[in-house]
Amino acid sequence: MNKVSFALAAVAAAALTLGAPAAKAGTLEDVKKRGVLNCIVNTGLPGFSYTDKSGRWKGFDADMCRSVAAAVLGDGEKVKFIPATGKTRFTLLNSKEGDVLIRNTTWTFVRDVDVKLNYVHTTYYDGQGFLIRKSKGVKSAKELGGATICIQTGTTTELNLADYFRANNMKYKPVPIESNEEARKNYLADRCDVYTTDASGLAATRATFDDADKHIVLPEIISKEPLGPVVRHGDDQWADIVRWTIYALIAGEEHGITAANADKMASSSNNPNVKRLLGSEGDLGKMIGLDKQWARRAIQAQGNYEEIFERNVGLKTPVGLARGLNAHYLDGGLQYSPPFR
Amino acid sequence: MSPSETTSVPGDGGYLPGTHPDLKPPSNVHGPVHWVKVNLFGSLTNTVLTLLVAYLLYTIIPQLADWMFFNAAFEGESRKACRAVAPDGACWAFIGNRLPLFIYGFYPEPERWRVDLSFLLLILALVPVLYDNMPHRGKALVYSCLYPLIAAFFLVGGIGLERVSTDQFGGLMLNVIIGVTGIAFSLPIGIVLALGRQSQLPIVRILCIGFIEFIRGVPLITLFFVAAVMLSYFVPPGTSFDLLVRILIMGTLFASGYMAEVIRGGLQAIPRGQYEAADAMGLTYWKSMRLIILPQAMKISIPGVVNTFIGLYKDTTLVIVIGRLDILGIGNSSLADTKWQGLSTEVYVFVAIFFFVSCFAMSRYSLWLEKKLHTGH
Repeated sequence: MNKVSFALAAVAAAALTLGAPAAKAGTLEDVKKRGVLNCIVNTGLPGFSYTDKSGRWKGFDADMCRSVAAAVLGDGEKVKFIPATGKTRFTLLNSKEGDVLIRNTTWTFVRDVDVKLNYVHTTYYDGQGFLIRKSKGVKSAKELGGATICIQTGTTTELNLADYFRANNMKYKPVPIESNEEARKNYLADRCDVYTTDASGLAATRATFDDADKHIVLPEIISKEPLGPVVRHGDDQWADIVRWTIYALIAGEEHGITAANADKMASSSNNPNVKRLLGSEGDLGKMIGLDKQWARRAIQAQGNYEEIFERNVGLKTPVGLARGLNAHYLDGGLQYSPPFR
Repeated sequence: MSPSETTSVPGDGGYLPGTHPDLKPPSNVHGPVHWVKVNLFGSLTNTVLTLLVAYLLYTIIPQLADWMFFNAAFEGESRKACRAVAPDGACWAFIGNRLPLFIYGFYPEPERWRVDLSFLLLILALVPVLYDNMPHRGKALVYSCLYPLIAAFFLVGGIGLERVSTDQFGGLMLNVIIGVTGIAFSLPIGIVLALGRQSQLPIVRILCIGFIEFIRGVPLITLFFVAAVMLSYFVPPGTSFDLLVRILIMGTLFASGYMAEVIRGGLQAIPRGQYEAADAMGLTYWKSMRLIILPQAMKISIPGVVNTFIGLYKDTTLVIVIGRLDILGIGNSSLADTKWQGLSTEVYVFVAIFFFVSCFAMSRYSLWLEKKLHTGH
């Protein structure tokens, strides 16, 4: 008996001593050594993450993965995409299968503090809404008492819904579903009266209906859903890299730096802010363990924030989202980058 | 069939079926009309059920056929294009558009011939395993045993072939790889476990029982999850253990646990006398197992074994939980493309057909094998 427990203790001690250096090795070194960024994305969300005909991951989130890879590794294509469901995403991140999680993930207190995640920035401000058939004659979410509601499991929307209905003294029948496509199917087959998820998702889903004008998104937005990239606790340098890469994209929009003109701007611009950002003046990159031109490469990979937004989810795409809260702060939105200096 | 039997009866003068000068039996005790009478309208219950089923088929089949074939669109570059041509039919153009993705996943395009080749070699490797009366079976079986290594070489690369990371495996090939590996390795491991469970040696017996009960007590999805995310907490840092290998190991162990119990069922059905007779002949344990007990036990276990195979094969779609896109996962991620969004029925039908064909083939083979091995009287 004693021998067994001693052996166990020895194994545990060995595991600890072996495990210790791993905890200290930075994510940046791991990524550079591997030569590939492991980026966790959605298994399929229109406009944000999906595969095209040739198997290439596309979308708002997928593009941000490429921006980070370009900043860190010098090549936006050096990304390994790890598709994850709502339930598995945090486990995959915390077990180091992924370096960064860019999967329309809501920033909440519990996730930030208790699940030991670091949210670096809100890349998309969203809120939860309700999609319903016009024929049901409902004009406000307050009239939804007794409704059957399709809802994705393992998400904040599930909790928001329960809160909202409790606060308004209403009852509802939840129909738990796993993916957006499944929800769409159930909603169209009338197995639920209402589909609730982030308003961006509702807009994207509604856009694909054959009879889109027979459905409305109710005016109430019942929650705040700040979505953004997430990294593990305990590696501030890596969090800085991801955070400032996103800021570079936002600052890019502010200064009119695009994928096409970044090189030209770097040499011709007289604006010291632009010069510092693009690495033709000062050496900001060195401070986060990268080279001078990291931010320039990030913008060149997939364009600045505006280009990424408009290409994937903007008004000209089938998803058709207006900038709204996600407009640049100069246009009255919330996308604001701290100064690069 | 009766015609072929009549020709094989000696003394029938070598007449071809239907040319015998003797009169055929009257059609009311023979032939399709009689069959229908007896089997479909034999009793009141049968008649009612027959009519009911006929009515159901009458209402379902025309609509289904319309949707699947007559009103379906086979060409088009988006869902809209499909709907313009076929407003009420399936849009198979989507499946066609994404077929390479469904089959090869993210395997690099110029290297896809290697997947085709591996599949072809797999069929060749299966022949000697499935048909025991082929010529030179012994030599062919050596090739079958080596096949996993050959396939691994072609799929992963190295020595002259460009290396392809297993992360890029996906779609149907992923289902087949996990399924075939599980099936091929779980049978021998299962046999060993089943024998171990009945062993006289306490340690062997306890280990086998512990393993089997553990596996049977844990869902496969949990095992996959442990393989994907928990291992990195246990193994020394820097050791990166390929995720696909972890999945293959877990899938195989899972199937082995079930296989062991199926085979144990077969072992227990063998009368005590067979064991005693083997002992009386002076055979060693392994000889008596190999020559007397296992051949009989395996024959009894065939339906259960194939059942386990089919179960494992279908469970391969669970890899989605650990971030690998199999045929179903590829469908999901493709459906999020706004060009095609909303065609999930087509994807599910396509995947269902694929699994049905593979599983039906397995179950037909097992029936054929049972018949062939049937020696009871």
